[in-house]
Amino acid sequence: MKYLSFIWATLWRKKTRAAFTILSLICAFMLFGLLQAIGTFFTAGADFVGASRLIVQSRVSFTDSLPVRLMPQIERVPGVKAVSHDQWFGGIYGENTQAIAFASDPVRLRKVYPEWVMTDAEWEAFANTRTGAIVGRKLADQYGWKLGDKLPLKSNIFPQKDGSMAWTFDIVGIFDGKDENWQNQTTSLYINWNYFDEANQFGPGTAGVFAVELEDVNQADEVAAAIDQLFLNSPDETKTQSEKDFNKGFFAQIGDIGLIVRLILIAVFFTIIILTGNTMAQAVRERIPEMAVLKTLGFSNGTVTMMVVVEAVLLCLIGGLLGMLFATLAIKGLGQAAPGFFSAVRADGMLWVQAIGLMLALALAVGLPPALRAGRLKIVDALAAR
Amino acid sequence: MSAMVEVRNVVKTYERGKQKVPVLNGLSLSIDKGDFVALMGPSGSGKTTLLNLIGGLDQPTSGEISVADTRIDQLSSGALANWRAANVGFVFQFYNLMPVLTAQKNVELPLLLTNLSAAQRRQNAEVALKLVGLADRAGHKPKELSGGQEQRVAIARAIVSDPQILVCDEPTGDLDRKTADEILTLLQQLNKDFGKTIVMVTHDPKAAEYATHTLHLDKGSLAEQAAA
Repeated sequence: MKYLSFIWATLWRKKTRAAFTILSLICAFMLFGLLQAIGTFFTAGADFVGASRLIVQSRVSFTDSLPVRLMPQIERVPGVKAVSHDQWFGGIYGENTQAIAFASDPVRLRKVYPEWVMTDAEWEAFANTRTGAIVGRKLADQYGWKLGDKLPLKSNIFPQKDGSMAWTFDIVGIFDGKDENWQNQTTSLYINWNYFDEANQFGPGTAGVFAVELEDVNQADEVAAAIDQLFLNSPDETKTQSEKDFNKGFFAQIGDIGLIVRLILIAVFFTIIILTGNTMAQAVRERIPEMAVLKTLGFSNGTVTMMVVVEAVLLCLIGGLLGMLFATLAIKGLGQAAPGFFSAVRADGMLWVQAIGLMLALALAVGLPPALRAGRLKIVDALAAR
Repeated sequence: MSAMVEVRNVVKTYERGKQKVPVLNGLSLSIDKGDFVALMGPSGSGKTTLLNLIGGLDQPTSGEISVADTRIDQLSSGALANWRAANVGFVFQFYNLMPVLTAQKNVELPLLLTNLSAAQRRQNAEVALKLVGLADRAGHKPKELSGGQEQRVAIARAIVSDPQILVCDEPTGDLDRKTADEILTLLQQLNKDFGKTIVMVTHDPKAAEYATHTLHLDKGSLAEQAAA
């Protein structure tokens, strides 16, 4: 610690150079924080989603709807506890705000998704109101929606029978999540499938996916295989997978987010190693006579080496921690600006641990070579600038 | 009077690529405690090499060197560093102060290697700066000081840990006559009043006049010895 003030003063020997190096580290770690948080969200799916549910979709694509008449057959498969069906509604609220809206059967939804918490009265109102809609707490809070409000939504997929794309629903319930993770997911809304199916111009009696509640999670593979076997070689072949895998597959449509994130980060850190490494090497090269003086005064080779490494660690920690701080603030800002999507993206403790580990590894990578060189300096040669 | 420095049959040869360059050829000398010795001689005579060996900055190719009752030619690199910190103060021609530190912090630098508290380090540095007449410049960085003032700070740094011997490599080589005389007077004062043994390399006969003895080197050997 007694060397710290000297190391700190040395770090700022060339203020402009140090400031720009720190700025580049801030950018690198801000990118790391943002991309890693988003990448983890995409690649992990929602980890808290249990394996107790299967999602049945068309084998071709989940955009290819399945007839609802398949449901009784699925319900009869051994190991199936309950089935619900969802149709992606694709509602647009206001000018151009995409809502995450599904048409679902209220009674079945409640059975299969006990994670959504509402009063009995609200569930009953949802079941008994043809134009009823329930909205997640976060979504309701964001737009100030209350029970009894009219909810105008424009569908960009499903016209009504009169050709109008404008739909109006009555908010009869506001649902919460059973825990913090699920509460963060309350950014969607459900409309009553029965009303939707009657009023919708095309594709009556269909659903995008079936959600299957299992009696025993250990039987997930067998039940999934049995469901797919049931519709094999039929016009409605199915693909059944766990809900988590379904979510991951959904995001994978955009691309291999994990790979993209990794490639960007490799490029960023490759550049930053060269940049910071060059800065450190230059900083040490300029101070060779000063290092020789330190050794002359009695500083050992090990102490001089340690001082250069600590300087690199300080440099990387200042830039890295500031970068991570900005990334965390940016993630929070994104979550507030677009809660439907970014609210589940978080810079959690594990991300900070990874970032600090990376800062230390980076510091060693850029600091150790010049530090070892400084430690090996021969005093007489260095003083004579040989 | 007992010897502070004993050099016996010291040979020093540098290797420059494949070439071996002999610098000191079996040199022997003795410097008493409390002596102020000027080392003179033409360029390439081995003055600075001898000074580096006495200060423990380099090791001889062969021969024995004892300084302050320690055989420093037998010490490892780490032990030699510790020994330097405890026993030797260095003054260079170009001062070699740390540009990022104030005069006060420069003087405190050798004390970082001791167990003194921060307050004690500060206090000792203040005393050393006062001794060289620069107490009022403690907060200035080297670039804010004149050459003579920088050299005074360097001397304060050299004496702050109370070493037995001061090793000075052309300490007035970069200074005008008047400032050089002030620095030499200061060194003389440290020698007379505080009993510091001083070994000083110089090209300047006027500077050598401040020493109690002058040793002349030529081609790696002692040429003659003169008492002031």
